[in-house]
Amino acid sequence: MSEYINRKDVPAIAVQDLHKYFGKNEVLKGIDFHVNQGEVVCVVGPSGSGKSTLLRCVNRLEEPTSGTIVVEGVDITDREIDLDRVRTKIGIVFQQFNLFPHLNVLKNLTLAQQRAKKRSKTEAADIARKNLAKVGLAGREESFPNQLSGGQQQRVAIARALSMDPDMMLFDEPTSALDPELVGDVLDVMRTLANEGMTMMVVTHEMGFAREVGDRLVFMDGGVVVEQGKPKEILAAPQHERTQGFLSKVL
Amino acid sequence: MKPSTRRRLFRAVLYVIFLVAVAALVIVADWETIATNFLDLGVAAEQFPTIITTAAKNVVIYTFIAFVGGLILGLTLALMKLSPVAPYRWVATAYIETFRGLPALLVIFGFAYAVPIAFTEWNPPGGSTGAGLIALIVVSAAYIAETIRAGIEAVPKGQVEAARSLGMRPSWTMISVVLPQAFRIITPPMTNELVIIIKDTSLLFIAGMALGDRELTTFARDAVSQHANSTPLVMAALLYLVITLPLTRLVARLERHNQRSR
Ligand SMILES: Nc1ncnc2c1ncn2[C@@H]1O[C@H](COP(=O)(O)OP(=O)(O)O)[C@@H](O)[C@H]1O
Ligand SMILES: [Mg+2]
Repeated sequence: MSEYINRKDVPAIAVQDLHKYFGKNEVLKGIDFHVNQGEVVCVVGPSGSGKSTLLRCVNRLEEPTSGTIVVEGVDITDREIDLDRVRTKIGIVFQQFNLFPHLNVLKNLTLAQQRAKKRSKTEAADIARKNLAKVGLAGREESFPNQLSGGQQQRVAIARALSMDPDMMLFDEPTSALDPELVGDVLDVMRTLANEGMTMMVVTHEMGFAREVGDRLVFMDGGVVVEQGKPKEILAAPQHERTQGFLSKVL
Repeated sequence: MKPSTRRRLFRAVLYVIFLVAVAALVIVADWETIATNFLDLGVAAEQFPTIITTAAKNVVIYTFIAFVGGLILGLTLALMKLSPVAPYRWVATAYIETFRGLPALLVIFGFAYAVPIAFTEWNPPGGSTGAGLIALIVVSAAYIAETIRAGIEAVPKGQVEAARSLGMRPSWTMISVVLPQAFRIITPPMTNELVIIIKDTSLLFIAGMALGDRELTTFARDAVSQHANSTPLVMAALLYLVITLPLTRLVARLERHNQRSR
């Protein structure tokens, strides 16, 4: 199947037996993972456990070595798939923001709308302004990224992803590069999104956020999913030894 | 002796050496001969206005053609060198290595004389000067390609990933995200390329030029032999500086401006 059809009766993301090698190094060792529509799944685990690689496989920024990745019912490892079309449905927020430094905030938000979604300039700008207001940055259209704080840059990055009207948002440690006093603003925006019913996959070390906002917590270690369940339950009483070891260090 | 005293003494010695050297030059130099041979106002006046309206103008025109042509061809080569298609990479690498390894003078000579002998249908616009200009484009493209490739590779990988994950095609990602940043990064080395091209237009003489096609160096050489006096050479030198100095200043300004939005 190569046509992209948005179906509401299937998981947003369904990953099965995903393996990923970098050269001889097996980084993902058979991952089964899913995110239901409207669900907020937090992925935690030690550095190097493969969280980013898993997240990046979901829109094929990394090519999976084997296994299937089904996004809204469509197998995206299919060679015939229109990958760019799928990617507009998946918003990604990176640890390092990755804003376009040569463009002002408004252009950062309108560029892909015009290029990938073929929206008119005025329509794109309207949508951009709406999303800037949503992340609390109305009026900063003309600023350049380097004139903003890290927290503001990350909120612009969220607004940029939202401007494509994605069905789901993937966050890869969105607050790890921020000064502690700027983390709260970004988490607030993410909490609002979750409350509005956005499907979210959040790789994070913010256990407070995972407990309050997450519907499910997935603990990864050494390229496998070790344990998953309700955040409150796992954080209070982790079943697996490796989970206990990890949580005792970060909590 | 205290270190500070020694330093001061050392500096005093340097000043003395400098003054002695200048004094020696002033005494030894034959100022009258220098003035009549290099600064003859009568000869200077005769060069106007052609040295400006033809020679200097042609330098600017040739530089413009060679730079714009080199930019277009160089960008194409840079993209070929970064292409996932291997034969494109081979061709680009072979081209770049070849023309960076050859003297520009030889390439100009080849295009003006060797190629017309081999291909009789080869008939470039502008005659032999045109053929020389094509050679300049061919040579500058090799250098510019390497500069652009380095600029593209200096753009952080996260930029491409951000654009691609927003659903932008590779071509749009290159045009709207990567190249604008790459060109900012390579502004200083590109200025060098431009200044080198300005100076390399002086090599076009080997192509053999019609009177109206002459650029500064050729024009000055002709005038020097005509008057048996070197003043036109000094004038040509000054005019080259008049062209290159504002350029390097301008680019320094642009760089400061770019710094702000980077
Ligand atoms: N592009 C890459 N090339 C080679 N190895 C990589 C690459 N990206 C990640 N890795 C390796 O894969 C492992 C998992 O990395 P990652 O998914 O970033 O972990 P996490 O996000 O959980 O910290 C690490 O050992 C890392 O060194
Ligand atoms: Mg990571």
